[in-house]
Amino acid sequence: MTTTLTPVLSASWDADHSWSLSSYQRTGGYRGLRKALSMAPADIIAMVKDSGLRGRGGAGFPAGMKWSFLPAPDGGPRYLVINADESEPGTCKDIPLIMANPHSLLEGIAITSFAIGCHHAFIYIRGEVLHATRRLQHAVAEAYDAGLLGTNVLGTGFDLDVTVHAGAGAYICGEETALLDSLEGLRGQPRLKPPFPAVAGLYARPTVVNNVETIASVPGILRGGAAWFAAMGTERSQGHGLFSLSGHVERPGQYEAPLGITLRELLEMAGGVRQGHQLKFWTPGGSSTPIFTAEHLDVPLDYESVGKAGSMLGTRALQIFDETVSVVRAVTRWLEFYKHESCGKCTPCREGTYWLVAVLKRLEAGEGRPGDLEVLADSTDNILGRAFCPLGDAACSPVQSGLQYFREEFEAGMHTPADVLFPPEKSSLFAYTPRSRAQLAGVH
Amino acid sequence: MTVTTPRSGAATPLVPAAPPATEPEPTATVTFSIDGIETTVPKGTLVIRAAEQLGIQIPRFCDHPLLAPAGACRQCLVEVWAPRGDQLAKFPKPQASCTLEATPGMVVKTQRTSPEADKAQHGIIEFLLINHPLDCPVCDKGGECPLQNQAMSNGRATSRFVDAKRTYAKPINISTQILLDRERCILCQRCTRFQDEIAGDQFIDLQKRGWQQQIGRFDTGILGIRGELPVGESSMDASGQPFASYFSGNTVQICPVGALTSAAYRFRSRPFDLVSTPSIAEHDSQGSAIRIDHRRGVVLRRLSDNDPAVNAEFVTDKDRFAFPWQAGKDRLTAPQVREDGVLHATSLTEAIDAAAAGLAAALAKGGAAVLPGGRLPLEDAYAYAKFARVALRTNDVDHRARPHSAEEAAFLAHHVAGRTLDVTFADLDVAPAVLFVGLEPEEEGGILFLRLRQGLRRTKGQVFTVAPFASRGVARLDGTLLSAAPGTEAEVLDGIAEGADGPLGAAAAGLAKPGAVVLVGERAATVPGALSAALRLATRTGARLAWVPRRAGERGAVEAGTLPGLLPGGRPVADTAARVDMAAAWGVESLPSEPGRDLTAILQAAADGQIAALVVGGLEVADLPDPELARRALDRAFVVSLEVLPSEVTQRADVVLPVAPPVEKPGTFVTWEGRPRPFPQVLVSTALTDARMLDALADALGTPLGLRSLAQVHDELDQLGGWDGARAEAPDEAAAEPPAVDETQAVLATWHLLLDAGRLQGGEPFLAGTAKRSAARLSAATAAALCVADDEHVTVSTDAGAVTLPVLVTDMPDRVVWVPTNAADCAVRETLRADAGDVVRLARADEASALDEKEVTA
Amino acid sequence: MGAEPQGRTLGQTHATGYDDATRERLAADAAAIIARYPEPRSALLPLLHLLQAEDGYVSPRGIAFAAELLGQTTAEVSAVATFYTQYKRHPNGTYTVGVCTTALCAIMGGDAIWEELVEHLGIGNDETTDDGVITLEHVECNAACDYAPVVMVNWEFFDNQTPASAVALTDDLRAGKPVRPTRGADTVVTFKEMSRVLAGFPDGRADEGDTAGPATLVGLKVAHEHGWAAAPYGDEKEAK
Ligand SMILES: Cc1cc2nc3c(=O)[nH]c(=O)nc-3n(C[C@H](O)[C@H](O)[C@H](O)COP(=O)(O)O)c2cc1C
Ligand code: SF4
Ligand code: FES
Repeated sequence: MTTTLTPVLSASWDADHSWSLSSYQRTGGYRGLRKALSMAPADIIAMVKDSGLRGRGGAGFPAGMKWSFLPAPDGGPRYLVINADESEPGTCKDIPLIMANPHSLLEGIAITSFAIGCHHAFIYIRGEVLHATRRLQHAVAEAYDAGLLGTNVLGTGFDLDVTVHAGAGAYICGEETALLDSLEGLRGQPRLKPPFPAVAGLYARPTVVNNVETIASVPGILRGGAAWFAAMGTERSQGHGLFSLSGHVERPGQYEAPLGITLRELLEMAGGVRQGHQLKFWTPGGSSTPIFTAEHLDVPLDYESVGKAGSMLGTRALQIFDETVSVVRAVTRWLEFYKHESCGKCTPCREGTYWLVAVLKRLEAGEGRPGDLEVLADSTDNILGRAFCPLGDAACSPVQSGLQYFREEFEAGMHTPADVLFPPEKSSLFAYTPRSRAQLAGVH
Repeated sequence: MTVTTPRSGAATPLVPAAPPATEPEPTATVTFSIDGIETTVPKGTLVIRAAEQLGIQIPRFCDHPLLAPAGACRQCLVEVWAPRGDQLAKFPKPQASCTLEATPGMVVKTQRTSPEADKAQHGIIEFLLINHPLDCPVCDKGGECPLQNQAMSNGRATSRFVDAKRTYAKPINISTQILLDRERCILCQRCTRFQDEIAGDQFIDLQKRGWQQQIGRFDTGILGIRGELPVGESSMDASGQPFASYFSGNTVQICPVGALTSAAYRFRSRPFDLVSTPSIAEHDSQGSAIRIDHRRGVVLRRLSDNDPAVNAEFVTDKDRFAFPWQAGKDRLTAPQVREDGVLHATSLTEAIDAAAAGLAAALAKGGAAVLPGGRLPLEDAYAYAKFARVALRTNDVDHRARPHSAEEAAFLAHHVAGRTLDVTFADLDVAPAVLFVGLEPEEEGGILFLRLRQGLRRTKGQVFTVAPFASRGVARLDGTLLSAAPGTEAEVLDGIAEGADGPLGAAAAGLAKPGAVVLVGERAATVPGALSAALRLATRTGARLAWVPRRAGERGAVEAGTLPGLLPGGRPVADTAARVDMAAAWGVESLPSEPGRDLTAILQAAADGQIAALVVGGLEVADLPDPELARRALDRAFVVSLEVLPSEVTQRADVVLPVAPPVEKPGTFVTWEGRPRPFPQVLVSTALTDARMLDALADALGTPLGLRSLAQVHDELDQLGGWDGARAEAPDEAAAEPPAVDETQAVLATWHLLLDAGRLQGGEPFLAGTAKRSAARLSAATAAALCVADDEHVTVSTDAGAVTLPVLVTDMPDRVVWVPTNAADCAVRETLRADAGDVVRLARADEASALDEKEVTA
Repeated sequence: MGAEPQGRTLGQTHATGYDDATRERLAADAAAIIARYPEPRSALLPLLHLLQAEDGYVSPRGIAFAAELLGQTTAEVSAVATFYTQYKRHPNGTYTVGVCTTALCAIMGGDAIWEELVEHLGIGNDETTDDGVITLEHVECNAACDYAPVVMVNWEFFDNQTPASAVALTDDLRAGKPVRPTRGADTVVTFKEMSRVLAGFPDGRADEGDTAGPATLVGLKVAHEHGWAAAPYGDEKEAK
């Protein structure tokens, strides 16, 4: 049986001015909110629980369950914070969603806020996406004007403020507690857990943090019902999700499909791997998830199956690399990312990524030293599970999985530069002649 | 701790020791095991603490028992199992024991029993060392460095790291005193967490990110931020750098590596060469426990000791760094006698004889008076009290070398004397509301500030202050200002009443809560009616009232009886029974019954020739309410000066008797709470205590005191006990009318800053650089009326003199100007001969304005 | 743009401070920012964006201003300002040109674009051309992997770039010609104008530009071609 695509969130993206309120309302926008406002909040939470919606930000935690962890109301404020920091390498779904249909997110925010008793929600959007920020600001203003936000939402007496907050460039601010610190005006460094945000989050008040896609999926559940949503996907990974294909694939882009679809199926829809080339390795859910190879083409892309196969579903960010690509080069570059983005709080991540990059760069240059591979293996072992937050673990994924599947390429780094084995111009999407490092002015 | 071992049959000692603190019984406990040893701890106990109690040392860097858990260094990882159903399940990852609370049935395996924990810890040490320079041989911390120790016990023999280390320019000054060596830093954040959580003074913070992350202050050069920092609202220290905290030295002590060092101690010694002695700091009435480290008779550094009842593990920079005065090059060593107008060194016998002769002559000519100063240990103060009454037969004795009043004397007699440990630090920890009157807790009682800040953060208690403006210290206590121009404090205090509007009403409500406290400082004495109003307020609201003087000797001196109206133990001079009591104890027929004169009256009488001799302890003329009057008095009278360092008093003295500084004698300071803080002699010394010197002098006068040894003093103090007779009446003084000011004038507000030109801070330039930069604070309206902006200069003047300072526009009453009392560039009493509440002239400084025009046109 | 604050004018308390009029204007904007949050401290990030809109970078005077406004020390503010990569520590060019060189973009050609621009502009990372127009930056993954290789100009998307297109782009910028992002507003605004939007003051350009790029719509297109759709909600009737 082949899986077919199920555009829900993306269904209206090709409409004229799809980001505008009027366009959204033409396709039934805010109908879910109207329905929700007529329900008991507890029933909304139960409905979302029943739907099986799991967090789309990477960890896949059941959304309804997270909401139900909030302590009983004590009269003080409770907050909903939307994680729109989308910075995981490979992940590129939330920003297009915001560009094309910010109202689906706002409707989800209004429903969720009503369900959890929140009157002030925040959208933390990464600072490096100007136009998405504009669209979001604009949509919030439109929604206020239309009485969909603000005081007395749709005449029901429910009040809700929404604040759009732009970050300023830090991957770690996608981690929910670092995000909260950042939203409080601090350095975005992760907080100690417990207490979990549900108990003491923003301003130490009960807080729900959810991903953009998670919350944007809520209006559909309200409209279609829990069963409608659960009918898509697999038994424990239910519903639709955006699969983002990038790299050496003929038609990269967003494919909204039920969870459990396979890369083979997706590749078929996307026109296959770059013409004349074969799949070498890929990430199932961003650079933080261990890489897969062609042997994993038929792994159903749901949380359980991907986990069983040794990786993680993550954010369904499928980065496809063909046989021209040096694994050592890719892994080195990813590690440079983690080194650059490590918040610096804990020793293993801060020092470990610094060290790993030093070793990897040597290997990439073909100047590896005896023992380097052991150092890579042992250092990642000493980071994994020792760091303060999952960023440290994430940094180990490319190295460990790279060594697992392509050890010989790392070994070759003892004597041969990666760009000799895998000339970069063969991987690029256009023809060019690489310059040697020495020719470049002012490169750091 | 007791002052001395009480003898059987002894009465309560004069200053009884505090009862040991009682730990509250834990309400719930948790039983679990570490390395197979079962242990029961209060619920909420962290695994690392529980292990400590069992004697199991889990390596750690970022953990500090007085700071919130951070879990940043990851050194303390352990293997953990927890019951799930009826089985034990292993945590998938090793856990940081410094952030993990013990739960029932938990099984913890440390590096001693778990290969996994051991490997994890080895891994972390290896990471920490890849970027650590191995410069232990030249590092101040070498020999007492947790990183060095743990690298030895838990590290690899050789490093696998062969790549380029991060290198930074060697130490950078983050203040004149504190140096930061970023290469050595392991980013445990103890320093920044201390500054944030304890001091509330984040002059340093983490800067940059990831592998470039570093500790630092806002330094544009180091952070690579182009452009110049504007001045004005950003506070700066005397060295011109962004203000360094008064508590910054603690960061050096809690740094687990040698990344933070002090300029004063850098490269001075190795820990194994030092001899450590516990002691008590001499700079304030807080009684901080310190450790004095010396090598071959030279004190090289002081550290905070750990005393949970008083200063916990922290001290002020003044207590830590201001010790060179005790070993100053100019230390008085030989006794001196004036002959033909010139002081000559002589033998002690001769000097004592000369002093006795002079005093004897003076007694015949109108009498002699005693000015002990406010910095003495209890034992020495007691000797002065006894010397005055027994040897000089006078009540003319006053230790208050600062502005004072008769109202204050009455207040001390009525409310303070004999009431030791009535309000304590522990009470402040739980107080729902605290009101300051004439007291800046950070400037005038550093530990008080820290304790309050910790307590209030826990209890969400409120702070109120009657002051002209909310200082940074008060702001960091989230304090509410009850705005009062100098001189109007009494009125404001009377306005704190149930139902009053705004902050006054809030203060009344706060103070009505059980456990609320009113703290008055010594400056309350300068405001007529303020102490009376404070007493009324306490009665009205039920709040408890305590007096917090600045100097270390003030509280003990009140108990010792160095006040004109008070004998030891709070016995009123005016009370016949009290005098009889004391005469009997002292073995004399009677005690002088006329009430004594206070310091100002004594100086006036001496200047007028009515008092012929003065016996003066350690005091600075410039600290006195009227330094000129003091000079005239010292010039005219026969002066016997007991001093450690040369001073204006010794210059004018007829006999100079050198005495021992605290480090060279044992003694007891008494905290503002009335808590005795005994300290031992640290250095071998031939210098005599004041008491011993007075004893010899009394012998020479033929009126022996019997205070030859410390044991004799302690015996007497223990025998004497306190007074249980009637207390002196409460003062009931009316508030004075605030003075009228015209548009060329302002009312002066002033107080001492913690770091200033004080004599005991001499010889420590690194510390001096961290003092606050002097400024004249004015309201915006007052500044506007003078056409001055922040950082432009104003001149504050009286007929006696003028000071010119940069302006700091502050939210405060109009036509009030605040300046520091005794900064290097602003000695109020000396230059202006004025004090808080006096009217001064205020004008834009001509020179500053001329400068300005040049800048503008340039 | 490009110069750090210098000199002193009347009404300034310090050579590098803001004059009264500027300070008042900034304070009013800052008050609007603070009003968005339950606690003022949250205003710091947008405030730093606002100060970049004023000075073209986070200047020392900006840090002092923010510190005073929020009751923090300058060290606390610089701690935040130096944590985030978007806050610049020296005057930025009118346009930040960011080349994504995280693994995927780098491999698809980002490295080649980077090399080309370094050579063409003669500057390295975080350096600015002499004319003050362009500050070149390595950027990390910018959530546009399906458009790799990606160049960002003042954080507007320039998708599917080549060395030649990137060179033409920078030439146009330096020549003062308007450039059009592939997914974004009709033209690229200046660094300062952009910073103001990030501070939360919209510039009215949300309606400019396309809904989405081709890659964003590719799945939808495939679904349409095959007639694939999710099951209907079943609420259409109910709502009418
Ligand atoms: C280093 C790191 C980066 C993350 N980045 C993001 C992100 O950009 N967007 C996101 O939604 N979640 C991110 N997460 C996951 C969040 O911590 C959190 O789990 C998520 O926002 C919860 O929302 P969800 O349950 O709806 O997925 C990140 C986690 C880590 C550890
Ligand atoms: S693993 Fe540690 S250093 Fe890395 S981002 Fe998390 S807390 Fe920061
Ligand atoms: S001591 Fe536990 S993490 Fe640092």
